[in-house]
Amino acid sequence: MDKFRMIFQFLQSNQESFMNGICGIMALASAQMYSAFDFNCPCLPHYNLVYGLGILLVPPFILFLLGFVLNNNVSMLAEEWRRPRGQRGKDPAVLRYMFCSMAQRAMIAPVVWVSVTLLDGKCITCAFCTSVPVETLGNASHPSLSQGEMKRVLARIPCKEIYDGQELIVNEVAIRYLRCISQALGWCFVLLMTTLAFLVRSLRPCFTQAAFLKSRYWSHYIDIERKLFDETCAEHARSFAKVCIQQFFEGMSTDLEAARCHPPRKAPADVGEAAEKLLGITDQGTMNTALKSWHRCKPPLHLHPPALHSINGLAGGEQPPTHPPVPQREMVAYYSHV
Amino acid sequence: MDRFRMIFQYFQSNSESVMNGICGLLALASVKMYTCFDFSCPCLPRYNMAYGLGIMLIPPIALFLCGLILNRQSLVMLEEWRRPEGHRKKDLAVIRYMCSSIVQRAMVAPVVWIIVTLLDGKCLICAFSGSVDPEKFAGLANTSLVQVQQLLAKVPCKDDELMRNNTSRKAVSRYLRCWSQALGWSILLILIVAAFLARWLRPCFNQTTLLQARHWSNYIDIEQKIFEETCCEHSRLFAHKCILNFFESMRQEIKLHSFSLPREGEGSEGEEHLLRGITDQDQVNKLLKMWYYEKPPLDVS
Repeated sequence: MDKFRMIFQFLQSNQESFMNGICGIMALASAQMYSAFDFNCPCLPHYNLVYGLGILLVPPFILFLLGFVLNNNVSMLAEEWRRPRGQRGKDPAVLRYMFCSMAQRAMIAPVVWVSVTLLDGKCITCAFCTSVPVETLGNASHPSLSQGEMKRVLARIPCKEIYDGQELIVNEVAIRYLRCISQALGWCFVLLMTTLAFLVRSLRPCFTQAAFLKSRYWSHYIDIERKLFDETCAEHARSFAKVCIQQFFEGMSTDLEAARCHPPRKAPADVGEAAEKLLGITDQGTMNTALKSWHRCKPPLHLHPPALHSINGLAGGEQPPTHPPVPQREMVAYYSHV
Repeated sequence: MDRFRMIFQYFQSNSESVMNGICGLLALASVKMYTCFDFSCPCLPRYNMAYGLGIMLIPPIALFLCGLILNRQSLVMLEEWRRPEGHRKKDLAVIRYMCSSIVQRAMVAPVVWIIVTLLDGKCLICAFSGSVDPEKFAGLANTSLVQVQQLLAKVPCKDDELMRNNTSRKAVSRYLRCWSQALGWSILLILIVAAFLARWLRPCFNQTTLLQARHWSNYIDIEQKIFEETCCEHSRLFAHKCILNFFESMRQEIKLHSFSLPREGEGSEGEEHLLRGITDQDQVNKLLKMWYYEKPPLDVS
């Protein structure tokens, strides 16, 4: 238990840092994904807006959902939310705490994506190039084009190779303007998010510290309880399997001896550990039958009482008279089944 | 107990170094962010000033707030400040000490950003190119006011067709960069001198108050860590007890409903103990169903 206790303490005390580590990795992954992504503005009037805003907004949404998926505690939250009340009341404050801490961590990668996108400027340049103020930035004296024609020309701003409106508005001027707006938006967004995070973190001790301590304790408790329950069930399953298999081998060996009408072999007084472990199966034929029987007819998931284990070397029929009748009946039932 | 003592000594001695490490990382991150950032001055009359000063001043604010958020001690200090007095008096000197050490550490990254920005020069050139006196530069002396403003606004953009080979552009650019770097180095010198004086002169004033404040701020930090540790340990034991009680109550319920004999006493060690009386597929299924539908009450008395 000491080893498990150490591991649990480590996981518990470091679960926050473990989750923070995953957060950081996702943020780095999102920045890397953006730089690896080959941004290709379509340079067509209505497609630009859809493409630009799509690249700005759809991947963050996906990253947000991914943040929830990668968080182990989501299933714990869902379980606690949906379980029947039973003998234990449900505390909505605990559920809120768990959801908030998961949502905060899941928000980091999308915020990084949006910030990097805005600071880079390509998305906003692509999306809003048709809305550039031509009167202030461009040539006012240029022969006026129709609305559609002008939009088509402006839509080509991000694609320098095919841009043909240098007389209307110089390409570099328009791109610089749009990029400046995009970067200003980006830094304002970063400042806003940092301020929000700061307020959320610093207002909490000022108002709801006691409730926070309670929610944090019980959410950790629910997590630990679930882990310990799984651990206990695994231990139980292991013992169950061990006893089941042991009973299977013993049943096989007594079965075969009765079938061959051998007299029950009394084990010698100084039987070694190895001989005990053979569980009464001592030749090839018996072993093969045991293996075949294990495959064809697995034993039921029902362990016999251990009174039978204390019988040493006696097979089946002869029971000492001091034994209570119930185990004997079960033994007979087993034989008739065979 | 030895293990705990070692861990606590580690926390004690290294809580400061952990915070210093975070401070250093944030400063490096700020330099890296500046070099990765693609500075592109709009080269338009009113936008230049807003852009240049914005890039110089908004990221430091965000970095300062980041520095406060990432520092664990800021939460500890806020809790200590806002807690009800109860049986323990509050010492304002301790809170002031914690606050000043937190703010000092959080200021490092923004100051690094501002200094790097000034030493690089692009921000100031972009912000103040429209504010230089055109009389000082040969190529701009004889043009109309509006045109001068337009030209000066385009100084930061080397590749602009108007400005590509303009010598006055280079002159203005050099002039502004010189001012920017002078400002940057002066600020750096002033800050280092101030830090030096603060560190050297501090022992001359209120040394005992300082030692006390430092000791008790460390104490508050460690006390909170130990409290969280103890809560974790407690919830683990609580959960253990709760689950054992649950298994025991299931075993008793099964005993009430079945006819098998009680199996206590000799021979019931090892596997039997771990089986806890649940020896049947149906019993296991019932146990798991009960665990979901009716979790045991949070009461292990």
